[in-house]
Amino acid sequence: MGLALLCIIWLITFISTYFFAAKTWWLPKGVAAAAGRIDQQFALTYLLMGLVFVLAQCALGYLVWKYRDTGSKRTVIYSHGNTKLEILWTTLTAILFVGLNLMGSPIWAAERFEPPKADALPVEVTGMQFAWYFRYPGADGKFGATKPDLIDPSSGNEAAIGLDTNDSASKDDVITGTMYIPVNREVDLQLRAVDVIHSFFVPAFRFKQDAVPGLRIRMHFTPTEIGDYEIACAELCGMGHYKMHGMVKVVSQADFDKWIAEREAAKQ
Amino acid sequence: MATTAHIHAHAAPQGFIRKYIFSLDHKVIGIQYYFLALAAVFTGMFLSLLMRIHLIWPTAQIPLIGEIKPETYLSLLTMHGTIMVFFVLTTAPQSGFGNYFLPIQIGAPDMAFPVLNMLSFWTTLLAFVVMIAAFFVTGGAPLHGWTGYAPLSALPNSGPGEQLGADLWITSIAIFCIASLMGALNFITTTLDLRAKGMTLMRMPLTVWSWLITAILGLLAFGVLLSAGILLLLDRNLGTSFYVPLVVVNGQVMGHKGGSPLLWQHLFWFFGHPEVYIAILPGMGVASQLLSTFARKPIFGYRAMVYAIMAIGLLGFMVWGHHMFMSGMSPYSAFAFSLMTMSIGVPSAIKTFNWLGTLWGAKIRLHSPMLFAIGFVSLFVSGGLSGPFLAQPVLDIPLHDTYFVVGHFHLIMGVAAIFGIFGATYYWFPKMFGRMMNESLARVHFIITLVGTYAIFMPMHYLGMAGQTRRYSQFTEVAYQTKLLPVQTFMSYAAFITIGAQLIFLFNLFWSMWKGPKASDNPWEATTLEWTTATPPPHDNFGGHTPVVNHGPYEYNVPGASKDFVMQTDPATATAH
Amino acid sequence: MIGTKEPRINYGGAVTLPPIMGGGGDGSGGGPADFSDRLRRARLGLAVGLTPIIMLFVSLTSAYIVRQGLPTLDENTNRYIHDWLPVNLPWLILILNTCVLLVSSVTMEVSRRAIAREAALAPVRSIPGVSLGEETSFPWLGLTVGLGLMFLFGQWMAWRELAFRGFFLATSPSSSFVYLLTGMHALHLAGGLLALLYASAVALLRKPVESRRVVIDVTSWYWHFMAVLWIYIFALLEFAR
Repeated sequence: MGLALLCIIWLITFISTYFFAAKTWWLPKGVAAAAGRIDQQFALTYLLMGLVFVLAQCALGYLVWKYRDTGSKRTVIYSHGNTKLEILWTTLTAILFVGLNLMGSPIWAAERFEPPKADALPVEVTGMQFAWYFRYPGADGKFGATKPDLIDPSSGNEAAIGLDTNDSASKDDVITGTMYIPVNREVDLQLRAVDVIHSFFVPAFRFKQDAVPGLRIRMHFTPTEIGDYEIACAELCGMGHYKMHGMVKVVSQADFDKWIAEREAAKQ
Repeated sequence: MATTAHIHAHAAPQGFIRKYIFSLDHKVIGIQYYFLALAAVFTGMFLSLLMRIHLIWPTAQIPLIGEIKPETYLSLLTMHGTIMVFFVLTTAPQSGFGNYFLPIQIGAPDMAFPVLNMLSFWTTLLAFVVMIAAFFVTGGAPLHGWTGYAPLSALPNSGPGEQLGADLWITSIAIFCIASLMGALNFITTTLDLRAKGMTLMRMPLTVWSWLITAILGLLAFGVLLSAGILLLLDRNLGTSFYVPLVVVNGQVMGHKGGSPLLWQHLFWFFGHPEVYIAILPGMGVASQLLSTFARKPIFGYRAMVYAIMAIGLLGFMVWGHHMFMSGMSPYSAFAFSLMTMSIGVPSAIKTFNWLGTLWGAKIRLHSPMLFAIGFVSLFVSGGLSGPFLAQPVLDIPLHDTYFVVGHFHLIMGVAAIFGIFGATYYWFPKMFGRMMNESLARVHFIITLVGTYAIFMPMHYLGMAGQTRRYSQFTEVAYQTKLLPVQTFMSYAAFITIGAQLIFLFNLFWSMWKGPKASDNPWEATTLEWTTATPPPHDNFGGHTPVVNHGPYEYNVPGASKDFVMQTDPATATAH
Repeated sequence: MIGTKEPRINYGGAVTLPPIMGGGGDGSGGGPADFSDRLRRARLGLAVGLTPIIMLFVSLTSAYIVRQGLPTLDENTNRYIHDWLPVNLPWLILILNTCVLLVSSVTMEVSRRAIAREAALAPVRSIPGVSLGEETSFPWLGLTVGLGLMFLFGQWMAWRELAFRGFFLATSPSSSFVYLLTGMHALHLAGGLLALLYASAVALLRKPVESRRVVIDVTSWYWHFMAVLWIYIFALLEFAR
């Protein structure tokens, strides 16, 4: 049984580690400015944790086999512990974990403590059961007023977020079900939710933020590659949670300007 | 001569009802809790079976149930989590085994308050009945997840199952809070006040330490859950706005205003994080007990183990915000919570090193309880090491609410803690029922379960990294997730096999109660007090005699001793510790 | 080895250690508990049991304080505003209730000390021929019950006054907390009242005085705690507005 245990534990360890090392199923390619640093921190963490994982599991398997009772007259090493050893591994573990944490903190600070750049593109994202809507403020750079009693998801995009068409700032607001953003330009995101908590998650951007009713949450990120990326809602929001997805299309600045102009023209 | 200076210890009850139904005996109550947890775990496993079937065959017709709709899947998920966390993991290790063995291991004739003990069981059972009732009311069981985030859980029209089903769910949890608090009161008072002569705190078995600290965690945490639940019931039924701001559901403006969904999350997780330590600490205590007993060696670093349990308990109250990194909470708080969370890895690592230290230089007897203890250590390492990913907010960005989290907590709670329960069952079964469980069946059960649970839950980490979000009833809508279906299929098949293997355990359990070979008083040659008494123990645990303790709990292979173990009540000798 | 009969450590016939009952060392030393053990144990149980009640009110307090200062999004203007409007409490009624509760604490304490004296004298009283004269049997316990009921009635009147002024449970966040905090306290006090009624019942059922003493002692500490808790809640609602 001792040998069987060793083999089982070692096999489980090596098979699991193989799939991590081979990156058979892995994070998608990062296409946002923050992705590089986040992925670096991720790599550091999984290398260190992976090392600890392999060492600990192999040690467990080995000890169970080596020190099993084979009926021999071997004496047991009677010991209540070793204080020096306790201090040593406590200190090392603390350095490892706290160190990892401190290394990741500047990245978090850069992502969350800094305000958006002055030339960032403002986009308002509204989540509701079970769709995402995206609003662009148009030429005046201001988002028009919205009113809760005007919300009617069955009457088109503008009614879905309750746009108050009487407000002058609303006239040039563009509201779509697909998010278009220009590449290499920071997006100043304002997240809203109309009914329950949703979460705006784009794996390729390494971006996730809950959209909370009663809050207007400002976040920013910068896409770095043209392409189409899926949005998956990442907070349980009801029976349609699994199909509350959307699309982010990152295009060139020129294409984006063209697209916005088309949308503005269509409103006339 | 004093008239009423002594209350005579209550005589053993007569009659079936007093002996087995409304018993005041902590041993009977412990077994009652255990069977409640057994019923709960098979219910919870059945729900997860349906979930795993639905995920890979969304349109399948289940016999007697029909097709599982998206909202039904979410109800299954909600009830699976709730039943498992509360009625299995908070019940069996603590209320089940703790009730049975805490008094005996400290040399007491019963718990401090036997009537309260009995009441706590029946209240728990009531909570379970109310919880199950949610399945059978109009609308069915709630779909808001075991975490019950508002406003989803606070708005009756946010989805099917969110009407009466949600109210029953909250009520059941509130009743459970009260039952747990009653139990915690008993555990703490008993451990502090009823220890036998010579049973100093530093001679208590680590199981007792884990039950004590777990009870303290419960004492401090369940009151907060109760208040969270009361506020939720008020929001749902009496129009208050603790959690719900102005919202519009299906075009209809709801009558709430100004509430904060984050308030629910803070209150819930202030309870919720200590709760997961409540789920794992008793398992750690059992692992220490089993490793030492079957390695025939004292636990390595007993004092460090005690301090580590205390540190885990204390730090466990300071980390709740790590569930809320993406919630809209202040990023500065996130930094603070992250630091505390990484720190909690330190006492956990200390325990793991000490377990390995216990095995080093030992003479390991690989009986079934030991197999599960070893499995516990392996699973705890695996589940624990995915924690430092989630503890860092930047890494939580891609991983929060994905299968990575599901894999993490299942490896620790859904497997390691369960292995603690299995190990405790195989270990204490002889003492509780006077017979041995079948060793061959136990080995088969162990191997299939160890391999099977790794096969189910390890791939979840890969899926999470690939961006597979959790609580999705099917993966047919998001293109990059549809590609990951083969992994889900593998996991489901592993689940079918592993769930099937639990029937081996169930059979072994009940068969052995009647037909197992008779057990001696101390079949494992263990040292703690429960092994000094008859099998099963008499009504007052020690047959009219009060034990006197002269040794620490894990005196195995003491140099110079005649046997390879010294029981705690053995006469004090030169090797007294 | 497993499964075979092995020599038992026999505590029956050939006794290795004499049985030691009660007292000494750590813990109570095991054995049948006497009344001083039971009293200590009950008090310890109460102290432990008060902890979750404290946690309940700590979490409600925290929710209260945070909600007060929380900026909320006005959905119509899309701006954050502070929407907390303090409630004017019906001061007179609440002050009267507080006095009633404090007096009930006094009567409870007198009752507790009375039965402590009675329990201490019980062994003496049982000696044939010894008489301690007439005992004053003023129903302090009954008076406490009456005052407790008066407090609850007074809280009900305070609620009615609030409703008369237009403040209901769901009217505003501040009114919700007023009803919630006072209601939770009243609920716990009612629990204490049930314990007092039980204590009165066991008195009538002529249970041994030491047994009654434990019940009344523990209930009185609970009762005092309820008074302190009420003062805290009142102060919180009045001064942290």
